[in-house]
Amino acid sequence: MDFLGLPSYSWETVLGSAISGVFLGSVYALVALGLTLIYGVLHIINFAHGAMLMLAMYAVFFLWSALGIDPYLALLIVVPAGFVFGYALQRGVIGRFSHGRDEITLLVTLGIAIMIENGALFAFSATERQVQVPYDFDGIDFGVTFAVWPEIAALAGSLVVTLALWLFMTRTDMGHAIQAVAKERRGAELVGIDVEHIYGVTFGIGAACVAVAACLLAPTYAVSPQFGYLFVLIAFTVVVLGGMGSFVGALVGGFLIGITEQLGRLYLGESLGLITISAIFILVLLFRPTGLFGQASG
Amino acid sequence: MTYRLFGTSTTRRSVLAGGAAATGMLAAPGILHAAGKTVKVGVVHPVTGFLQFSGTQCRYGAQAAIEEINASGGIKALDGAMIEAVLGDAQSKAEIGASEVEKFESEGVSAIVGAYSSGISLATTQAAAKYGIPHIVDVGVNDKIVGRDLDNTFRFGPGFGVITKTGIQSLIDLNEAAGNPAKTCVIVHENTTPFGSYMAGLMKDGLEPAGFEVLEILPHPTPNKDFRNIALKIKELNPDVVIPSHYYNEGVLFLRTLQRQRVSPKVIYSVLGGASSQYRFVNEFEDAAQGVMDCNHWFDPSNKAALALKDKTEADGKTYSYEVFLAYTAMKFLADGMERAASPDRKAIIDALAVSEWDGHFMPYGPTKMENGQNMAAVPLVTQVSGEDINVIAPAEYAQAKAKFG
Repeated sequence: MDFLGLPSYSWETVLGSAISGVFLGSVYALVALGLTLIYGVLHIINFAHGAMLMLAMYAVFFLWSALGIDPYLALLIVVPAGFVFGYALQRGVIGRFSHGRDEITLLVTLGIAIMIENGALFAFSATERQVQVPYDFDGIDFGVTFAVWPEIAALAGSLVVTLALWLFMTRTDMGHAIQAVAKERRGAELVGIDVEHIYGVTFGIGAACVAVAACLLAPTYAVSPQFGYLFVLIAFTVVVLGGMGSFVGALVGGFLIGITEQLGRLYLGESLGLITISAIFILVLLFRPTGLFGQASG
Repeated sequence: MTYRLFGTSTTRRSVLAGGAAATGMLAAPGILHAAGKTVKVGVVHPVTGFLQFSGTQCRYGAQAAIEEINASGGIKALDGAMIEAVLGDAQSKAEIGASEVEKFESEGVSAIVGAYSSGISLATTQAAAKYGIPHIVDVGVNDKIVGRDLDNTFRFGPGFGVITKTGIQSLIDLNEAAGNPAKTCVIVHENTTPFGSYMAGLMKDGLEPAGFEVLEILPHPTPNKDFRNIALKIKELNPDVVIPSHYYNEGVLFLRTLQRQRVSPKVIYSVLGGASSQYRFVNEFEDAAQGVMDCNHWFDPSNKAALALKDKTEADGKTYSYEVFLAYTAMKFLADGMERAASPDRKAIIDALAVSEWDGHFMPYGPTKMENGQNMAAVPLVTQVSGEDINVIAPAEYAQAKAKFG
């Protein structure tokens, strides 16, 4: 019998949906990790994040289609390229034109997003492009749902990237310098830290995270100039939910949103189910405004 | 004085001469426009936004037709006037489509071809009606498009009602011919535009009286990035037939998700499936596409002109999809109307199109028969993917292969 008018499903379907939520959540986490780093340290709301993801997806696609490079092998090329692109973008465009003012920074990243998207439309056309890998339909049968290798790789990738970022930020001099700039820019300058360089490195790492996400998403999702929009709005939600600048928060937030979304879609339907994301977001903001793992400023 | 540009010796005189030549070239379009007759046609599609793939395909089809018409001497009844396309981008939004019509009006177009989706076409035809601009709808299948007594609106292809009716009857007939292996079904449709929800209702109303049990109707938004839940629901319901109806991107993702989740009903039978009868999908994901049936717009498979357009489209690096041949045919239908009208005047074209009996096309319709703007002769065909081919399986007079149930 239906409860509160909701449809009833077997436990296998519910569990399968929750597990698929974990996999979907790992995708959100992957996209959100770079975003939270850029926001948490630079306090830049990077509207170009989705466009950068799309650009990295195209890079993965063309490496595969032109040179036959597997998307996971492409990590070796796309991630360093992403870092260089991000560093150059911050030092050459965002830092130079924003003059340290948040509202200008926001508009600059929005402008970059528009330029990248329209450039992609002009250069690559509207046609969706899909990487095809021989292991696309192989994977692990959980009984209640089937997870293919690209989904498992995305899940593993989100865990590895989170751990790597955490280790980098807490165990390396560069990580300490980034934290110092994030907490007290003026003080960091006074002790001799090259703040502009740190800004560039941080944005570069954020862009490299986007590149990792692109390599891990490419076997599952087709890319088009509009691709970034599919994930980036939810990634912003994940960042706020997990706590600005928190990697663990981005990971947990991603899983939470993924599972909530899937169960919401299961019981409320594919369209209405999406409101569960907003509901959980509002609840967290009401009871924990700094996010799940965020720290109050000041 | 001599300048050196990229290793080429350049004198001041040659720079001045080049400048004069460039000035002449810049002025040339105006002269050519005055010398050669042209008739302007607005071509509006969603070439950006979530419908950009289909919109771009439509634009290609319309331009291919214009290219062919102009290469063969233009509109002969207008002294060989060339068709000049005035391009518009609806940006996947109905209101932007309507504003593009305003642009066409100020450009003085004689007619409009577009606008791919039903939602956008409803808006563009309405806006065009204000100015009495004849509007040929190329793809939009919502029956309301031609059901509003707008004299300017014509649709050469079939609408929802006919497609769904044909789809239902063909499924019943094919199932019967195969010994009734299918008894239950699930309908999956997009619900962001009027297209999917309307189709799902018609399918349910048509299949249940024929003895099919519709286990559930599963709507989803467009764009949609994940079909795992829907696949899980289908797995639990275990229907004999899955009936999907959505746009291309969602169609690909849905069918791939079914394959990834090991969901294999006896048959996947689309009605206006975005990907189910697309060569591109079959080429890229042959395994996921195998056996999929689709009741959709399709050309007469024995017609040489249809196959020639397929070759040209593929040679241009495009995929030969229903958007291409429907927009192509819509433009040809308009050109024929202009020939019959022998005038670029909008009212004359509308009058000519309303009584058109054009049969010089490659669709399986026969002579055109317009009633209230709808070509009553237009019908869809049913196809099934087999290997790398898409074969027509119904109706019998066009069938290239027999239907196969899993």
